[in-house]
Amino acid sequence: MKKIVTSFVLALILIACGEKKETNDTAQNETAALSGTIKVDGSSTVFPVTEAVAEEFRSIQPDVKVTIGVSGTGGGFKKFSRGETNISNASRPIKDKEIAACKENNIKYLELEVAYDGLAVLVNPENTWVDSFTVEELKMIWEPAAQDKIMKWNQIRPEWPNEEIHLFGPGVASGTYDYFTEAIVGKSGSSRGDFTASEDDHVLVQGIAGDKYSLGFFGLAYYSENADKLTLIGVNNGTEVVKPSLETVKNGTYTPLSRPLFIYVNSTSVSSPEVVEFVNFYIDNAAELSKDVGYIPLPSENYTKQKENFKAFVESNK
Amino acid sequence: MNSIQKNRWKDQAFKVWGILCTLIGLVLLVVFIGDILIDGLQRIDWSFITSLPSRKAEKSGIYTALIGSIWILLLTTIIAFPIGVAAGIYLEEYAKKNRFSGLLEINISNLAGVPSIIYGLLGLEVFVRIMNLGASVLAGSLTLSLLILPIIIVATREAIKAVPSSIKDASFALGASKWQTIWHQILPASGGGILTGVILALSRAIGETAPLIVVGALAYVPFAPSNPMDEFSVLPIQIFNWISRPQHGFIENAAAAIIILLAITFIMNGIAVYFRNKWQKKWK
Repeated sequence: MKKIVTSFVLALILIACGEKKETNDTAQNETAALSGTIKVDGSSTVFPVTEAVAEEFRSIQPDVKVTIGVSGTGGGFKKFSRGETNISNASRPIKDKEIAACKENNIKYLELEVAYDGLAVLVNPENTWVDSFTVEELKMIWEPAAQDKIMKWNQIRPEWPNEEIHLFGPGVASGTYDYFTEAIVGKSGSSRGDFTASEDDHVLVQGIAGDKYSLGFFGLAYYSENADKLTLIGVNNGTEVVKPSLETVKNGTYTPLSRPLFIYVNSTSVSSPEVVEFVNFYIDNAAELSKDVGYIPLPSENYTKQKENFKAFVESNK
Repeated sequence: MNSIQKNRWKDQAFKVWGILCTLIGLVLLVVFIGDILIDGLQRIDWSFITSLPSRKAEKSGIYTALIGSIWILLLTTIIAFPIGVAAGIYLEEYAKKNRFSGLLEINISNLAGVPSIIYGLLGLEVFVRIMNLGASVLAGSLTLSLLILPIIIVATREAIKAVPSSIKDASFALGASKWQTIWHQILPASGGGILTGVILALSRAIGETAPLIVVGALAYVPFAPSNPMDEFSVLPIQIFNWISRPQHGFIENAAAAIIILLAITFIMNGIAVYFRNKWQKKWK
């Protein structure tokens, strides 16, 4: 077994050396080769973006080791506030309690927006009666008081069929659920309990696709992978009915069901050039890479703004 | 219908019921493995095993997770095997039957039933924070060792109990000391059973996710661990991570990684069966 392990390791070293030679020419144009470790932890929603950035970063800085954990936004901030990580992934802004924990340990940080995530409201393709929802209607369906009361479609609008409504949504432990309840019901984590909940979004897709009277919500990325099996419903933002798309999430008209994703950078970490290089690389490439993994990029002027903020942050912490 | 006929009929009914029960487990296993094989088999090739994780499903591989799992397995064996077997021998051969050893026994049996995430929390506090090992392979292995120690201890004791007392008595009668008896007679005679227990315990360890996530095993590591203090990822975490991705390609990757993990478990169980048979022949 040891022999196999050693030969694996040798093989990797050889591969790594090979790659280094190829990319050194392009890397030298920008900066010298850096080394070191960058520790990232936090939200599993943001993970795919950071993973993609780390993967690409490896080809220009092969000696910088970026490691990413998925303790969740809250778990990530816990480590971040103890100074155990350099960067924290977050699918919501930092909470007061977490800010206090950072202060206690004398940790200063900078918040950077890296992409948007949209929530999609979906019905079965055979559902011909729904063309849009208002936020009030969604609230009426999902709020805690609706349990055992709002059970049929015609209770929402009288012209809709007198049939039972079957609800599907992500598990209560997910950030997606927190976000939906906050945006629709008004209080994070508060909703009726009698809906089919699953942490596995594929289960929700199957559930909605197989039931004519179903209604559900989950991340937009899952919808685009299953667009042929589900019907996307637009949400009235107060002035017009908007369906989530690259455009409407980006220009901010799809409200309230789109949210920004963040990374938080520790101020002491920016004295290491590899962290500065990584974060700059992150902002430069977040637009393209977030699209790759199913999220929505910020408008390009926002990235420029983030970059300026970060530059000022680096200067002030030198 | 007289009572003889009735009893015969009951006998037959129970037989059919027994066959049905056996089939349920088997059929589920076949369906599950078949499903996984259909999804994942065409995805397995050399580059899948030697590539790093990637955002593109078709370019992704399990290299770091696989090596991480192998590291964890080796270190856990090195730590848990000697401690577990020694504790088993002590409890079975040396410990006096008093209230203290009774308490010890109850606690060990209870530990075998503690949910694995609790061990993860213990590992995080003791190994990662107090002993300052960080989220390293060593901290992960120590945590998993705690998790499987009770299983190894119980298996060792059962195996030693199964050694016929005639062998022990004969050894003592020939003037052997207690240690000589254990080393030359009891351990060789119970070796098959002990190894089977250890390997089954390790098969459990290799599939554990929750305690390792708590300890701080990572989801993305661009390098394989080169020493026990390195950070790591393991196969179950990689599988979990892929399952929760929207793109269909990652589901295939997860299935392929499951096949590799299953193969490792099957091979380990195969080794356990082999040893058991070999030892049984020798001693019968």
